[in-house]
Amino acid sequence: MGLREIFVQKDFVVTTEIPPPKGVNTASSLDIAKKILGRVDGINVTDNQRGIMRMCSLAFSHLLKEIGHNPIMQACTRDRNRLALQSDILGAGALGIENICVMTGDHPKLGDHPDAKPVFDLDSIQLIKVIKEMETGVCMSGKRLESSAKFFVGGVANPFFEPFELELIKIKKKIDAGAEFFQTQPFFDKESLEKFLEEVRGLNTKFLIGISPIKSIKMINFLNEKVLTKKIPENISKRVETAENQTEEGIRIAAEFIREIKGMVRSIHIMPIGIESYLPYLLNEAEL
Amino acid sequence: MIITKQKDFDELLGMMDGQDSVFIVGCGECATICRTGGEKEVAEMSSKLTEKGKTVTGTAVINAPCLELDTRRVLRQNKVAVDKTEAILVLACGAGVQAVAEAVNCSVYPGCDSLFLGNVFRHQHFYEKCSTCGECVIGNYGGICPVTRCSKSLLNGPCGGSIKGMCEVDNKKECVWISIYDRMKKSNTIDRLSKVLPAKRHSAGTIPGRVINGA
Repeated sequence: MGLREIFVQKDFVVTTEIPPPKGVNTASSLDIAKKILGRVDGINVTDNQRGIMRMCSLAFSHLLKEIGHNPIMQACTRDRNRLALQSDILGAGALGIENICVMTGDHPKLGDHPDAKPVFDLDSIQLIKVIKEMETGVCMSGKRLESSAKFFVGGVANPFFEPFELELIKIKKKIDAGAEFFQTQPFFDKESLEKFLEEVRGLNTKFLIGISPIKSIKMINFLNEKVLTKKIPENISKRVETAENQTEEGIRIAAEFIREIKGMVRSIHIMPIGIESYLPYLLNEAEL
Repeated sequence: MIITKQKDFDELLGMMDGQDSVFIVGCGECATICRTGGEKEVAEMSSKLTEKGKTVTGTAVINAPCLELDTRRVLRQNKVAVDKTEAILVLACGAGVQAVAEAVNCSVYPGCDSLFLGNVFRHQHFYEKCSTCGECVIGNYGGICPVTRCSKSLLNGPCGGSIKGMCEVDNKKECVWISIYDRMKKSNTIDRLSKVLPAKRHSAGTIPGRVINGA
């Protein structure tokens, strides 16, 4: 069952993400996936996340599907031009991968190949539109495809972007282009979430609210400094910093937050960056 | 104008290894403003090369070496010095270097690296605002070019990666989308940003590599 149907049938949708390995051996990544089989509705397969080269999202998405998961293939526009992106979309269609999450992607200068040529031939909105056109049997050049597939296409949203009006314009453009779901940047407090839900009220789409369990105080400092627009609340930093086991405390904080917001939202996206092996523990603690 | 920076002196010496005589060409326009190939820099380069044992057969600062007919004329005027040199070092952009190379038979070397097409922000401060992409889209963005000034050349809004208004790639660079937003807000045209704009036609980018008749 694809994510589109899951959204129709289930009251609360949970997705997470697992990066493909930086190598050809998929055993340990798949082992983590097997442990959460039947417990999550989709697994996002990152596409050279933060510009760090790993196995392609398409191959690992396929391997997840083979073991019974519902993969969400990430497609970022940083590394491939319009030909390569469309090729991968056809490949996904042929392999029965329905869910595609489109994003621009972090600049290569932030990753492990800073001298790479940044491609960015298309932006995320243009790629979403291209995929929707491909569904109708036409590729970007206007040429007819011999066959086509249906996809469930989504994008990402940053609830903390300022000015938010500009982010909202972009979210609406993604919806106009054909995006049916959004994964958001992580939330760490209920007030910010309430504010965001108010701002996007009435939009005809689904927001998978980002949840990021904290691995350590070092991670908090990194996120605060390099990634997040809105800093992680002080009380969370304190709890993690003073905990005997920082990762387990981070997991518990995320689980508490999930339980707290469960009545407010219909779907969440858990991003356990670097601590994917803790996913079963997190799902238990969050009573999912 | 074309913004240049002088190459490292050791790199220059390496390029000219085994060639003892050199003629130096400067540029009276861009490289003069950049202080990389004006009268002063040509004289300095001449002294430094002489110190390293090179014979400087002559120097000439051409008004604009990219005007090829002028360049040929100036080199003809310096025929005696040019004829006896093994190498010409050009302190100008890549266009100037090639104009010289096509006018002579000896070795021609670039003395500068060409960086970008830039505006002079203030004295010795240069700002890249146009990347000569071949199909100007500035009209969609309140007079500001995201092709050049967004690190990802996005056409439909910010990537969302900026931190406190600064680009994720360079924390000294403002996210150009916030500048575009501010301008379009002021001119009451912000609704124009709501339109999904198509991908860039990269085929319009002019890298013709041959003579184009602009008439």
